Amino acid sequence: MSAFDNARIAPRIGLSEEQAQLLNIAESFCRDKSPVDKVRVLIDDEDGFDAALWDEIAELGWLGIGVPENYGGIGLGMAELVPLVEHMGRSLMNTPFVPTVLAAQAVLRGGAEAQKEEYLPQIAAGAAASLALCEDHADWNLQNLGVTATLKDGALDLSGKKYLVLHAATAQLVLASVALDGQPALVIIPADALAGRITREKIIDDTQRAFALDLDGLTLPEAALMPVELAVEALAHIEQAGALLWAADMCGGAYACIDYTLDYLKTRKQFGKLIGSYQALKHSIVDAHQAYEKARSHLYSAAHVFGEQGEGDMAVHMAKAEAGEAYSFAADRAIQFHGGFGFTYDCDAQLYRRRAIMGCALFGDARYHRRKIAALMF
Amino acid sequence: MSDSEMHYDEQDLTAFSETATAWFAENTPRDVDFMLPLTFMEVGTDQQFNFLRDWQNKVYEAGYLGAHWPKEYGGGGLHPKFQDAATRAMAQARTPIMLNAIGLNWTGPLLLDRGSEEEKQKYINGILSAETIWCQGFSEPENGSDLGNAQTRAVKDGDDYVINGSKIWTTQGNYADYMILLARTNPDAENKYKGLSFFLAPMKGADVKGGSVETVPIKKLTGEYGFTQTFFTDARISADCLMGAEGEGWLIAMQTLEYERGARAGQAGGHVMMMSDPSDIIRLAREAKLNGKPAIDDPAVQEELVALMTEARALGLNSRRDKIRPLAQDRPMSLALGSKLASTDFYQRLNAFAITLQGTRAAYYVGDGSAHDNGLWQRGYLNSFSATIGGGTSQIQRNIIGEHVLGLPKS
Repeated sequence: MSAFDNARIAPRIGLSEEQAQLLNIAESFCRDKSPVDKVRVLIDDEDGFDAALWDEIAELGWLGIGVPENYGGIGLGMAELVPLVEHMGRSLMNTPFVPTVLAAQAVLRGGAEAQKEEYLPQIAAGAAASLALCEDHADWNLQNLGVTATLKDGALDLSGKKYLVLHAATAQLVLASVALDGQPALVIIPADALAGRITREKIIDDTQRAFALDLDGLTLPEAALMPVELAVEALAHIEQAGALLWAADMCGGAYACIDYTLDYLKTRKQFGKLIGSYQALKHSIVDAHQAYEKARSHLYSAAHVFGEQGEGDMAVHMAKAEAGEAYSFAADRAIQFHGGFGFTYDCDAQLYRRRAIMGCALFGDARYHRRKIAALMF
Repeated sequence: MSDSEMHYDEQDLTAFSETATAWFAENTPRDVDFMLPLTFMEVGTDQQFNFLRDWQNKVYEAGYLGAHWPKEYGGGGLHPKFQDAATRAMAQARTPIMLNAIGLNWTGPLLLDRGSEEEKQKYINGILSAETIWCQGFSEPENGSDLGNAQTRAVKDGDDYVINGSKIWTTQGNYADYMILLARTNPDAENKYKGLSFFLAPMKGADVKGGSVETVPIKKLTGEYGFTQTFFTDARISADCLMGAEGEGWLIAMQTLEYERGARAGQAGGHVMMMSDPSDIIRLAREAKLNGKPAIDDPAVQEELVALMTEARALGLNSRRDKIRPLAQDRPMSLALGSKLASTDFYQRLNAFAITLQGTRAAYYVGDGSAHDNGLWQRGYLNSFSATIGGGTSQIQRNIIGEHVLGLPKS
């Protein structure tokens, strides 16, 4: 313990053996499978990801990590997903991994037994899935719902439009949040019902794919409705799980973009000296690095206490706020420190900066999460 | 023996921790009628010094200081986790600080790691009991951040060295019995670093065989004392005071700084700074009024408070994460070398922010009845610069992290 440690503040952090193993595997897997030239090739691909890579991820069992064994998964939890998503963020890997595992969490927490038995094994085996949560009010509160469902004669009539549905075009099922009799509810929309209803959105992050989903006039059987009494708790869980995984992606991205910038600072010369020897640049990248280290500590603390009443929520809010700010600052400086090259599309700094903005836009930015903490604390 | 080789019983640790908590609850002095220093760098009066020396001795005698140092030199011979538990109990009870910080945190571990058997026998016990007080003589008036350029001379003369020169920012210099001294033994060495040697130099008594060692207190920006400038005038000390060999001074000084910066373990434990923490500033934000309402009602204040609390938590998490190897190996030494910068900078901003919660009362200082918490935050802010400047300024820390952690070229 150094003299500068405050021994009175003793927040918890830990790493399970499974997390440590996955961290190790994910590091080399993501580095090998998602070099940046491949990331750039996929930017021009309609689906935006490599189907063969998706199959490999499914074969590794990663889609079933958060799914209990009796539903075809391997029965670990959100904590074990964090090292994987962190390394996906480092390598800017893009697949429907995060929306798919979040959809599995929604089914797990909000689904009826029959729904869990039907959908969880499919997802664990490789069926991509997604969530339709966002609306045009742009609110991060998942219970602010303008899209409605009406139950009549055993059928669900949907009305309204959802936005930012990630990888909807390749999803086998999409879970949408709706208001049913003024109460939050979740409905399961199979791929065939999505046909003709999705439109690709132009988003800031070219490595990802998002779609608007028009639900006007869609009718689903009543069996598509997940139990209403579980919806509020399921949405709260998705909000936490989503924030945790995006914090992981952004922590990974922050590390990678600092690394990318360091390479430049160590090789680029101006006025006869390596630019990394200038303190104006050195001190600023150190600040970015220090912010990243703090964010990563929060990330693994949040993973460790995830799901605990009070403490778990607080840790996730902190992790998401810090990861968003650390990534945004590091990537902002990455562009600046690459000078003229930084202003070009060829420089990878923009990939990181755009993904950081996307990561903050999903499941709440730093200010939003700090407001949540303030509400818990004051 | 390294920590990992040493075994301990979890139940013993829990029991030790509980006993320590109870002991500090019972023995922490509560009715002190004068202002106690918040850090070891603020010991400005004899009253404070004597009080803290007695307190450290009492804690040591109870077994809560150096609990993991070897028994043969006066330690407790336990696993380091026991001392960590005692330190936590101490901090949580908000006890007065441990006085002999330079001895406990810098000199002690240095001696245990690389001192001779004789040096360990001679010095370790006194460090723990506060019988012998240590100070550090690295910085000089003309050589602050550029330590390698130190010019204080040590000239070998028979069985003695004769010291001439001046050191500055000597914490507790006027009370110290010994100084860890960086002095130049060879001005003609092939480079400035190789001309330096490291001494365990007496400051007073018969061990100063001739000449003089004088200390002049420095009045700090707070108006208080705590540092001295130290003048060596033909001060004659035994050649035995040389640690290691001539020319190894820079190496040993760098190792000392690693203990100071928390990059190396082995410190005796015990808290040497009273840290204000989120609960203190939240209390202030509830009590202090801004625009006629409690400061905490202001959403902008709330957001800043949350950001500060989040940061305070990150500092604690960082030092815990540093011990979880798979989470600390991307950039080795990063968390350890970054901790001084992160924490001193944080406490400075925390105190500065606290002042802004006080409206017109921000204007008051220690001793005025209108001051919030008797000027604690104002004084804390001014004092916080001792940590962002001393022990390598925050700017030097950024160079160190940039070069040693991130691998950037030297500035």
